[in-house]
Amino acid sequence: MGAVWILCLRQLKRYARARARILASLGQPVLFLVALGFGFAPVFKQAGRGDYIEYLAPGVVAMGILFTAAFSGIEIIWDRQFGFLKETLVAPISRLQIVLGRTLGGAAVALLQGVVVFGLCILAGFRVQRPALLPVAFAFMALISLAFTAVGTVIGSSLDDMQALPLVMNLVVTPLFFLSSAIFPLEGLPRWLMLASRLNPLTYGIDGLRGALTGEFATPLALDALILGAVTVALLALGAWRFSRIEV
Amino acid sequence: MIEVRELVKDFGGFRAVDGVSFAVPAGQIFGFLGPNGAGKTTTVKMLTTVLRPTSGTVLIDGHDAAREPLAARRCLGIVFQDPSVDNELTAAENLEVHGVLYGVPAAERRRACEELLRFVELWERRDEIVKQFSGGMIRRLELARALMHKPRILFLDEPTVGLDPQTRSHIWAFVERSARERATTVFFTTHYMDEAERVAQELAVIDHGRIVARGSPEAIKRQTKAATLEEAFIALTGHSIRDEDASPADQMRQMSKLWRGRR
Ligand SMILES: Nc1ncnc2c1ncn2[C@@H]1O[C@H](COP(=O)(O)OP(=O)(O)O)[C@@H](O)[C@H]1O
Ligand SMILES: [Mg+2]
Repeated sequence: MGAVWILCLRQLKRYARARARILASLGQPVLFLVALGFGFAPVFKQAGRGDYIEYLAPGVVAMGILFTAAFSGIEIIWDRQFGFLKETLVAPISRLQIVLGRTLGGAAVALLQGVVVFGLCILAGFRVQRPALLPVAFAFMALISLAFTAVGTVIGSSLDDMQALPLVMNLVVTPLFFLSSAIFPLEGLPRWLMLASRLNPLTYGIDGLRGALTGEFATPLALDALILGAVTVALLALGAWRFSRIEV
Repeated sequence: MIEVRELVKDFGGFRAVDGVSFAVPAGQIFGFLGPNGAGKTTTVKMLTTVLRPTSGTVLIDGHDAAREPLAARRCLGIVFQDPSVDNELTAAENLEVHGVLYGVPAAERRRACEELLRFVELWERRDEIVKQFSGGMIRRLELARALMHKPRILFLDEPTVGLDPQTRSHIWAFVERSARERATTVFFTTHYMDEAERVAQELAVIDHGRIVARGSPEAIKRQTKAATLEEAFIALTGHSIRDEDASPADQMRQMSKLWRGRR
């Protein structure tokens, strides 16, 4: 267990030291919050949907998490390029311990990032409606962090081209994000779009997070938790398997 | 000790290591001498369990590297040919991570960290981020790290390549001292004749994946009736060992590695 912990800690240390990276990865959610949040608020209100910031903020928090989490996959390629991966592979620990430590580290970083974005949302005027459900909200944030760190692990273990990775990552993560009810409600969408969103596991993650923060669930909380939890476990297993196949 | 029998590694259709057998008794400093592309790194990777052999067996202190990789890894320390430190951690943090990965108890980690960083003369710089270190300092740090868990066998893959002569002799002084004081078995690879001759008690000369000669540097010279190891190598392989003789494919690989490393 010491090995898992130290690999996780190492990632947190690297994160804490990369101030430029922290600021840069906050940029995107902040932009969405400001540009969309204030831009669409009047339309949203006219349509009788209430306060758009209330709707958007959970989606923006998820965004901060999932891009950070998925892009942590680049660290695998990074560590491969700069050799540290070999140092872990030759240590007397299993591949499973290594991938577990890395994934927990990546997810912890993403979760921290999500908490920071959450704070910024509060500054922008977001109000938590159900304080009692805050632990549930954090649990959903943690699950989204784990799931997308695992996505990063799958992609980072399968590619060794540092330039291809951001492209592949965007290709996978961006559609998942837009088709997840993060920035617009699903009601009234064309059927195919609705179907795509319903098949997207992130939709349930965002619904759980939004429900816990605002009290408005589109899907029952238990179902949100079940789907996101199951998908997270499956992705973790897939990530561990891909990682175990890496050769240096 | 190390025992290797009929070790083979194929990459696709290409045989990089072709039936290599040898044994290194405990406490010996053993040199693996060969030109670029001879199969040295591939052999080291198989001996240290990071690469699975196509066939053949490796015993590390009696542990089969394929069947008991964790037991084998506990007995060995390695300095890879290319750097393998975490650039964004400090020197001391790199050792700390290593100690935890190898299950070294906390008190022992603190003690070993100070002892080893003093040993390689990096103690004053223990809290600096490794990114700022020179190539020679990184090598010394990696040597300290490899010794952190008191391995019985130390693997060094071209530990001095790309370093200036002064740093090279510095590194060897550390290795020889630690071999003496800790009774560590040392397996090193090199394509420098002078290092092979000066440091190794026993040598294996490898070319195109095969061992072409075994014995002490003296014995190999006697056997080939050569005055220097350089001449012995030419007599054994029909070519010299210098870098320029690396095949075009190897040069391309080196280039692409450098190029990719820079981005
Ligand atoms: N992963 C790999 N895939 C294909 N060929 C490889 C791989 N690694 C090494 N080789 C080839 O195997 C041969 C031996 O390489 P290596 O063991 O690195 O030599 P050395 O360390 O003696 O310079 C070289 O021809 C090299 O190009
Ligand atoms: Mg080599």
